[in-house]
Amino acid sequence: MDINVIPIHLSNSGLLDDILFELSQRFNSRVNLIELDVNIESAFSIERKQFFSTQLLSNAIILSDNINGKILLLTEFDLYVPALTFVFGEAQLNGKHSIVSLCRLHEEFYSGRSDHNLLLERALKEILHEIGHNFGLKHCLNWDCVMHASLSIEEVDIKGNQYCKTCVASIEGYKIF
Amino acid sequence: MNGKEKILIVDDERIVRESLLHWFEEDGYDVEAAEDGEIALKMFDKSKYDLLLVDMKMPGISGLELLKKVKEIDKETIVILITAFASVPSAITALKDGAYDYVTKPVDPDELAHLVKKALEQKALKHENIQLKENIEEIIKPDNFIGESQQMKKIFELIHTVATTDTTVMIRGESGTGKELVAKAIHINSKRKYFPIIPVNCGAITETLLESELFGHEKGAFTGAQFKRRGKFEMADGGTIFLDEIGSISPKMQIELLRVIETKQFSRVGGNQLINSDFRVIIATNEPLEDLVKQGKFREDLYYRLNVFSIVVPPLRERRADIPILAYYFLNKFATAMNKPVKSISKEAMDFLTNYDWPGNVRELENAIERAVVIGKENSIHVKDLPFHVSANNIINENGEKSLASMECKYILQVLNENNWNISRSANILEIDRVTLYNKINKYGLRNKN
Repeated sequence: MDINVIPIHLSNSGLLDDILFELSQRFNSRVNLIELDVNIESAFSIERKQFFSTQLLSNAIILSDNINGKILLLTEFDLYVPALTFVFGEAQLNGKHSIVSLCRLHEEFYSGRSDHNLLLERALKEILHEIGHNFGLKHCLNWDCVMHASLSIEEVDIKGNQYCKTCVASIEGYKIF
Repeated sequence: MNGKEKILIVDDERIVRESLLHWFEEDGYDVEAAEDGEIALKMFDKSKYDLLLVDMKMPGISGLELLKKVKEIDKETIVILITAFASVPSAITALKDGAYDYVTKPVDPDELAHLVKKALEQKALKHENIQLKENIEEIIKPDNFIGESQQMKKIFELIHTVATTDTTVMIRGESGTGKELVAKAIHINSKRKYFPIIPVNCGAITETLLESELFGHEKGAFTGAQFKRRGKFEMADGGTIFLDEIGSISPKMQIELLRVIETKQFSRVGGNQLINSDFRVIIATNEPLEDLVKQGKFREDLYYRLNVFSIVVPPLRERRADIPILAYYFLNKFATAMNKPVKSISKEAMDFLTNYDWPGNVRELENAIERAVVIGKENSIHVKDLPFHVSANNIINENGEKSLASMECKYILQVLNENNWNISRSANILEIDRVTLYNKINKYGLRNKN
């Protein structure tokens, strides 16, 4: 099953290349980069100056539902769902689409300091997490597992960067390190 | 995160409803959503929810109204209110009406997740606490004090009524009916339950010994009194003293008892110091004290002092409906204790048990089942495993009489004859003390013809 990455408003091509490479190392499946013109205006909240993640996903689904495999939207936009201040990402539980925002994974967002490797590690954790939801996984209680809920950047950093033994059983094509 | 707790999200905005539903689902909760208060109440009526996340401002029933209605139905349900605008007065009202907390939209995911997790954990702890308390109550229920017959239900009601008071209770009933269990049940359901219940079998002790037992003695008070000893009344301070077979105490002890019960003061044997003790008195008798009063064997003033609240425990033959329950209770108890695979009682054996008159009451049934479990070779108890079926049936058949007194008299005589009138051995077999056996020999005028 292919993993298709669709960048939305993502200017850091070096980071994108690194993410694609890391994903191809972790999955037996093909990792593809797909260009898609997803409608972003309808997802933007003027009041909040954020993008409604569910709306962005819906807009992408219209354009990409015929593509085989998992579809991951990767964006620099700050995402939200109503009632919550922000989300790192969102995924269809037992579905094929997911979205991850890099906005709040940048160390600059918190300390003003740039750290490419830290950003890559955080991004990979959240990507694996959302893909895990696509494969039907819910949040795991094991802090060493990437499926542990991460509600703040500290929790993203604390949790592990791999699926635990229980969770990995649900992930198709994942290479166990 | 545990996939067990059930959450209901109530919000008129579809996107809020759906995003929260989806968000909580990822955490493993069982989540449902309602678009207004009326639908939420209908859902709440049909299903049980651990936590409600309610929007404050909704058309129709408002969040606050829904909170009140939900709390009227089930005050244990956690309600967290969400609103777009923070308002101190409405937050105070919500908290006064029983809301767990109050958050403003948009809420930080970390804050919401931890708030929900903490609320559910507190609810689980509260529930666990209640269960543990119930288990403790279960543990302190007297052993084998069970029964579902109308007579036993009435007894349970009486215990419930009198337990909370400090009234003196007189328990009447034949030997083996469970008078001590009634006393224990009264005690453990009373405010004195954290203090001891001290049982004294007045019929089993001689007058001199009884005095020392009840009041204690000083060192050197009599030959053999090498140490100072606290008496039962002193030990019962704060708790209950249970005086069994009260009818057998001597006139001298009756006077002493009357004085102590009235004053709650006494001195140890051989001592002068007055000791105060706060105890409740429960007494038991298997003979009608009224008759003893008429015969001048029991003081009338003591009788009236003791006969404040009376509970009559029916003999087992008058509550046969309880026999199968008791029989299976004892079967499980002994089979577990002895690690034997006996699991059932055959229909014939149960018929026998329920038709037998049980002169020794529950105690006799308990012993019969214990013996059957010991000697039984199969998974089921059969008539042949029961210890007394031949002799018991013989008594009934020979005389054609079924009165308890007649049967008891014949049975005691049979046991005495079988044991060459050895009182200790006979009393042991009959599982009564020697004094009781002497009393019964006198009562029935039994004589050793050999």
